[in-house]
Parts: sequence; structure tokens; C-alpha cells
Amino acid sequence: MRDAFASEMTALAAQRGDVTLLSGDIGNRMFDRFKEAAPERFLNCGIAEANMMSLAAGMALSGLRPVVYTITPFTTTRCLEQIRVGVAYHQAPVVIVGTGSGLSYAELGPTHHSLEDLAILRTLPGLNVLAPADSAELVAQLREALNAPRPTYMRIGKKGEPQLHGHDARLGIGKANLLRDGTDLLLVGVGPILSEALKAAEILTPSGISIAVASLGGVKPLDGAFLAAMAERFPRWLSLEEHGITGGLGSALLEWLADRDGPPNRLRRLGVPDQFLHELGNQAYTRGQLGLDAAGIEKSIRNAIKEQRK
Amino acid sequence: MISAAPGQPNPVELSATALILRQRLVSTSAAAKIPHLGSCLSCVELLVALYWQELHVDPANPEDPDRDRFLLSKGHGAPILFQVLAERGFFPLERLDDFGKAGSVFHEHPPKPGYIPGIEAATGSLGHGLPMALGMALAARIQQRPSRCYALLSDGECNEGSIWEAALLAASQKVHTLTAIIDFNKWQATGRSQEVMALDPLAAKWEAFGWHAQEIDGHDLAAIAQALAAARAERERPSVIVAHTVKGKGVSFMEDNNNWHYRTPNPEELAAALAELEAA
Repeated sequence: MRDAFASEMTALAAQRGDVTLLSGDIGNRMFDRFKEAAPERFLNCGIAEANMMSLAAGMALSGLRPVVYTITPFTTTRCLEQIRVGVAYHQAPVVIVGTGSGLSYAELGPTHHSLEDLAILRTLPGLNVLAPADSAELVAQLREALNAPRPTYMRIGKKGEPQLHGHDARLGIGKANLLRDGTDLLLVGVGPILSEALKAAEILTPSGISIAVASLGGVKPLDGAFLAAMAERFPRWLSLEEHGITGGLGSALLEWLADRDGPPNRLRRLGVPDQFLHELGNQAYTRGQLGLDAAGIEKSIRNAIKEQRK
Repeated sequence: MISAAPGQPNPVELSATALILRQRLVSTSAAAKIPHLGSCLSCVELLVALYWQELHVDPANPEDPDRDRFLLSKGHGAPILFQVLAERGFFPLERLDDFGKAGSVFHEHPPKPGYIPGIEAATGSLGHGLPMALGMALAARIQQRPSRCYALLSDGECNEGSIWEAALLAASQKVHTLTAIIDFNKWQATGRSQEVMALDPLAAKWEAFGWHAQEIDGHDLAAIAQALAAARAERERPSVIVAHTVKGKGVSFMEDNNNWHYRTPNPEELAAALAELEAA
């Protein structure tokens, strides 16, 4: 995803004179081509994220389209007030990109985990809060965000995430897609962890369990029409996010369901329990420990279906 | 008393303008019970010099993309900025009759742009205005526009780490079109700024951070004009003007008395303050 981001940014920089890239001293060689294409519009803001975020707001108020890029905790919670005041309150059309989100940098420890960003940022009025599942979704959302009159936050992965969306997917901001259809339960998620959900669905097929997997693309705005259609079809939902269980996608969906006039749907949430992680390993290991790999998701789906049949 | 016409540096008229602004500020703040009078009174001359002599802004065309940008980084000085903008013709003075009333856009801090002509950014949380002004200055450089950017800071605001983050980047990027002005009135909300966070030597700190630093008497209009001209002439470094000021300047019983950070005058105090200002 990182490479897709860098290459799309380079293409955009060549196409338009207002796209500006601000880095928090990361992405060493990643932006070499951007710097060749638009040297005056690349700025390494150093390890000083509060200043970087306010500066981006100032640039946006002067008509540029700045994209702020650093590791997720540092571009979100580190400078939350600058996002709240400079970006969200001013409706300054900044695009904030958090790289290595969720547990991408699991082995780097809790300082580098981002398990609160979706929850916290979706409380800010007027801010899109996105979590693309693959590079194609990232590129579509980035393009749309750079034309939108409002600011956007986007959490992305690292390297080598598989493509999950088909060529016919409707990609963009607030656009959901079914990655696979099914009949017994709707698994609805955001981000690259949806690849584990698809594997779990495959594992369950021989047992006669048919799972639909939906990719929402983010937690704000939600694709209301898509969710309404899904709510009619599936009484049982399971949400999936590489994020804390509090306040993120699962919570957003519970709010959406609670506010809806219609038959009740039961939602169970899958995510990182309400704790900091101390026994570290890489992303795959950590997902496994937390029941967020294909095997763990498979188990949760079986439990949800058992519950449903009671 | 005649107020100054913009662009004509007539010291007598500028002083008269400062006096009118102080009178209106004290009256309006008393009526609306809006605090931070001391912080407003300390930066009157700085704002007069900026808005009547320095800034390329046009009240008839407040969104001209080539305009200079002024950000009141010490957003709690909004009551005096509103008076300045009204006097300078950005909006009719009568709009300030609503100051502090329920439903008005004129309250303790500047709102985001779009509500009050001439306001470039919402401030009030300290430490945001200078970094935003830096962003605007960098944007002007990218867009090849002539705009210069100014931020007025309080000394207490220099407690915020984001100020020094902006200082470092502005120096590395050689943003000589950025000028920070520090209303160094020696007080912050609850104490002497030097005692709270050891700011001294403040100008030397900025100089060490790579800025062109000047120290002046922030109530001396000629000195302010000279310092702003020197900042404009600097072609390499960003500039800071450390303006030594007196909190509550112009009203004897408010001067250097930090109770006036939060207090508003009662009718007797208002009458006494206006009597002093009218006699001045």
C-alpha cells in the first residue's frame, strides 16, 4: 500500500500544481520520484508533527492540497488538537495519511500500534475517516479526497497487502463493496485485515457455512444505502477491524443499527481487546494471538452462527 | 480626535488611533464582560502599526489571494483585533454592538474564516497560529505569490512546544517572509512568564533557533515601524520582533496588574479608565 501511495502521489503531483507532500521524516527513498516531479512541493517537516499538522492547515487555507504522511500514531493522536482545530474546525482540505496502521508494526510495540485512531478521529465533525483494504481502494480514495471540499484521514498498511477488490468494485469515499456473497452471516470490515476474513470464509465453505464479506472502506461516512440493503438480508453481522474494540468500526455500526428504523440486527465485534499489547511479535503472530487471523475469525464466525441458531 | 488613514505613517494620527481603540476596547469589554483586557491593551500599538502601515490588506477585497496574512496566534487578544478590523473598515463598527451576546460571532476568540472579514484563522488554543502562518508563507512561496505572513504571539504562548517546532522548520526552510511578533508583557495567566517557564533571554533563544531577532519597545510606534521594515529587508532568515510591552498599558490601575487577565471593569472602574484615556 505504501508503494501505491507513493506512486499515486507522484502521478498526482505531475498532474496538478497544488498537491503538496509533507513527511514527518519518514519514507527515506520512497518519495524520490515525487521529489523529482515536484521538488518545491515536497517538504520534510522533521519529527515535529504538531507543527506539521498546523502548517498543513495553513497551506490548505491558502489554496494548496497538502497530504501529511507519517506513521499512524504520530499523525493522529500525537497532534490530535492540531487536527481538531487546524484541520477539522477550519474544514481545511488536508489529507492526513497514517502509514503502518493497526498492527502493521506490531513488533515495534505499543508506541507504534494504532488501535485508537478510527475511534478518536471519527468524533471530529466534517472529517472523512477512511481505512482502505487494498491499493486500488487507497488510490481511488486518495484521488477523491484531493478533490473533496473537506479534510480526510486515511489509515493505510505497509507493504505487500493483497488486492481484495475486483475490477468491478465501486471504490471511493463512503462506498462499500461485497468482496464475496454468502447467506449465513455478514462479516463487515475495513482495512487489509479483510484478507483474513476472506480466508476464513474459504475455510468454512466445506462445512456448508456461507459467509458474505463486505468491505466498507472506512468508518465515516458510512455507506447507508449499502448497509440498509445488507440489514434487510442478514440478521447477523460480525464486524472486523485491526483496531481496538472500543469506538471504531464495530461501534460505528452499532450506532448506525441503533439509529435505524427497522428490524433489529445482532452485531458481534471483532477487534483488539481493550488492552495494550506487551508480548510482541510480528503482525501475523499478533493477529493469531488475538484471534484476528483466519483461524480466529473462523472460530468467531462459528460461535456467532451457533448463537444465532440458539 | 482623527484616526489615521492606512499607509500614511503619521505618528500623531497613529497614536490617536491607538487611543480610540483602547477606549472602545475598554467600553466594549466592560459591557460584554469579556476578559483578557490586559492582554489586549498590551498589543494595541503593535496592531496599529501592522494594520495601518505594514500589512498589504484591502478591506474592500479581504480575500485577495495576494494579500498579506496576519494571524493572532494569541487568540485571546480577539477583542482588540475586532476593534482594529472595524476601525480599518473590514466591517461596520456597529457589528460590535453584538459583541459577547448570545448568537453573535464576536466572542472571546476569533472564529474560523468566513464569519468575520479579515480573520485568517481561528485561534485561542495557543501554539497554533505561528505554525499555520508558516504553512501560509510556504504556500505563498510554492504559489509564487508576494504575500508576507505575520503572527502575533504572547510570551506565555512561547511555552508551547509547537512554537519551537515551527521556529526550527521556518529557519531550515529560510522562510524570510514570515515575521513573528511577541507581545512580551511578562505575564501569563497565573504568573510571571519568566518564573513559570524561564523564557529569558527570549530574543537570544530565537536567534539561536536561526531567526533574525530584534528587541524593541512595543509601545513605540516608530520603533515598531523600523523593526517591521528591518524584518522585511531580511532575505534569508525568518524574523522575530520581541516587543517589550506592559500588560494593561494605558490604564494606570490595570498596568502590570495581572488581575486584569480575567477581570472586567465595573462601572466605576470603566469610568475611571475612560477618564484616563480621554485625558491622554
